[in-house]
Amino acid sequence: MIHLTAITRVFRMGDQDVRALSGINLEIASGEYVSIMGPSGSGKTTLLNVLGLLDRPNSGRYELDGRDVTDLSETEQACVRREKIGFVFQSFHLVPRLTAAENIELPLILAGIAPTERKARVDEALLGFDLRDRAQHRPAELSGGQRQRVAIARATILRPTALLADEPTGNLDHHIGAEVMALLEGLHHAGTTLILVTHDRELGARAHRHIAMRDGEIVADEK
Amino acid sequence: MKLRDTLHLSLSSVVSYRTRSLLIVLAMALGVAAVVVLTALGDGARRYVVGKFSSIGTNLIIVLPGRAETAGGFPGAVLAQTPRDLTLEDARFVGQLSQVKRYAPLNVGVVELAAASRLREVTVLGSTADLLPIRHMNLAQGSFLAQGAEYSAQIILGATLAQEFFPHGNVVGQRVRLGDRRFLVSGVLAVQGESMGFNSDELVIIPIDHAQALFNTASLFRILVEARSRSDIVSAKEAIRDTLKRRHDGEDDVTVITQDAVLATFDRILRALTLGVAGIAAISLAVAGILVMNVMLVAVSQRTSEIGLLKAIGAPSADIRLLFFAEALWLSLAGAVLGFVLGQFGSLLIRLVYPQLPAWPPVWASIAGVTIAFVTGILASLLPAARAAQLDPVKALAGR
Ligand SMILES: Nc1ncnc2c1ncn2[C@@H]1O[C@H](COP(=O)(O)OP(=O)(O)OP(=O)(O)O)[C@@H](O)[C@H]1O
Ligand SMILES: [Mg+2]
Repeated sequence: MIHLTAITRVFRMGDQDVRALSGINLEIASGEYVSIMGPSGSGKTTLLNVLGLLDRPNSGRYELDGRDVTDLSETEQACVRREKIGFVFQSFHLVPRLTAAENIELPLILAGIAPTERKARVDEALLGFDLRDRAQHRPAELSGGQRQRVAIARATILRPTALLADEPTGNLDHHIGAEVMALLEGLHHAGTTLILVTHDRELGARAHRHIAMRDGEIVADEK
Repeated sequence: MKLRDTLHLSLSSVVSYRTRSLLIVLAMALGVAAVVVLTALGDGARRYVVGKFSSIGTNLIIVLPGRAETAGGFPGAVLAQTPRDLTLEDARFVGQLSQVKRYAPLNVGVVELAAASRLREVTVLGSTADLLPIRHMNLAQGSFLAQGAEYSAQIILGATLAQEFFPHGNVVGQRVRLGDRRFLVSGVLAVQGESMGFNSDELVIIPIDHAQALFNTASLFRILVEARSRSDIVSAKEAIRDTLKRRHDGEDDVTVITQDAVLATFDRILRALTLGVAGIAAISLAVAGILVMNVMLVAVSQRTSEIGLLKAIGAPSADIRLLFFAEALWLSLAGAVLGFVLGQFGSLLIRLVYPQLPAWPPVWASIAGVTIAFVTGILASLLPAARAAQLDPVKALAGR
């Protein structure tokens, strides 16, 4: 499903080049559960951004579901992102002035889905993520775990094929983090490809495939 | 993203950033209100002046001796020369023209009025009975010099004079002295107030013959003519000029002013003035536009991470641009509507405080004010919206 060939991403910092990704080759099949670990600055987030079509590599080729998406236009990439990718961030990134339900609804609005169907799907998601009694709360009124559940509900409301989670438990205490992980793994069991960036060895070990990164390169890739 | 959803989502953010939105709306509204109120004032002044002019007579044509250098000047404008006097005979010929409904010869002077052991200088009009209908003056008591009785020594007093000289009423029939002549009061003018520099409450009217004798002159100061209808004014003017030219040995030595021409001049001046103040007010709208741009730019930088998120969940740049654009649209709409209402209210207030000033905002000004508010709001949002759309999602998410 995901096929990266010689992906390189270089950032220019002043007069210095930072190679965040250097010659990444990676293949991830549909339905896999992959963890990506590595020291800070090793390029994990950058890799996730490239996978999620948020960032363009300087060179290399990216095939998603058999289609070359490397050189798609900005608008086409946005469309692919909406349909196939779900992002979960460490800091949730909820829109503060919208309620939980409205945050979850956002991707449906962007996809141009009709209000009645939107309502049905949001209700279903609220139920599925145990957020029914929090539907009308704004992010500031929610706990960390609830916020992340809203974020995951939003990321999966359009049933993406791949879920990209960048340290989803980084801002949560251990107990709540475990709950969120259970949710994500549930989605994986339901067929979603799950790619998890984490610093937590214990969490990383639960994945079925472990990728280790250092200085923009993949240094280990074990099942 | 559907248009309806874009409008709805942008409205919700306008509402949630309450202070910011209120400030913008207020700035816009004040601009629009300024346009509406100032044009209402300007147009009100125009109508006021036009109304005043109309009050001194309808379809009025004024004939004065001498050739004025400029056409459409004022009565009493500087004249080039006065080669030949206007006479009562001239006036009679003018009165016989088919386009003329009535006419009144006029002499004016200042003479001492004495009665009941009081004495003061008054403006004296010498004329005929038709002066009253032509100048839209009314009598409160008595009668004008009855038709045909114009040669008897009768006098009409202005309302203030009547009150001053005969505070105990019973004015008609009293005797007064004007200069060295005696007059019998035959009527009192109704209160009219000041109009075009003439305070009709403080003047007296006597028959034209007596006036000419009093002022020791055979010539007329003016001939006031009322045309039969508005459409007759132009041909009446021509006919008057022709008649008088013939009577003056082919010399074109009179000036014929139509009230229309004077009115048109005032109308033009006051319209230009109204446009001018509207323009100045419109500048304040442009300033409001700059404020909108500034606030929207701040909004974009405040909401960087939100924009990044929208991109991450699949919003194309066009949608982001539209969202911010729609926000500006809402703000402009609210500003324009509020401004319109404020403007109408302000005009109403002016009308209440100055009832004589018909300060109705012209329709064009309201439309222009609202339109300019929209256009500036939209123009001002273009740059911030484009900036939002161009944000790099990775940097935006990182809050950079
Ligand atoms: N927008 C950017 N501009 C310049 N340099 C960048 C940018 N984004 C990332 N980098 C650099 O690229 C390298 C990889 O960054 P990245 O964020 O992918 O690391 P990471 O593995 O996610 O680290 P962490 O575990 O701290 O999140 C780092 O050296 C970082 O400084
Ligand atoms: Mg990172």
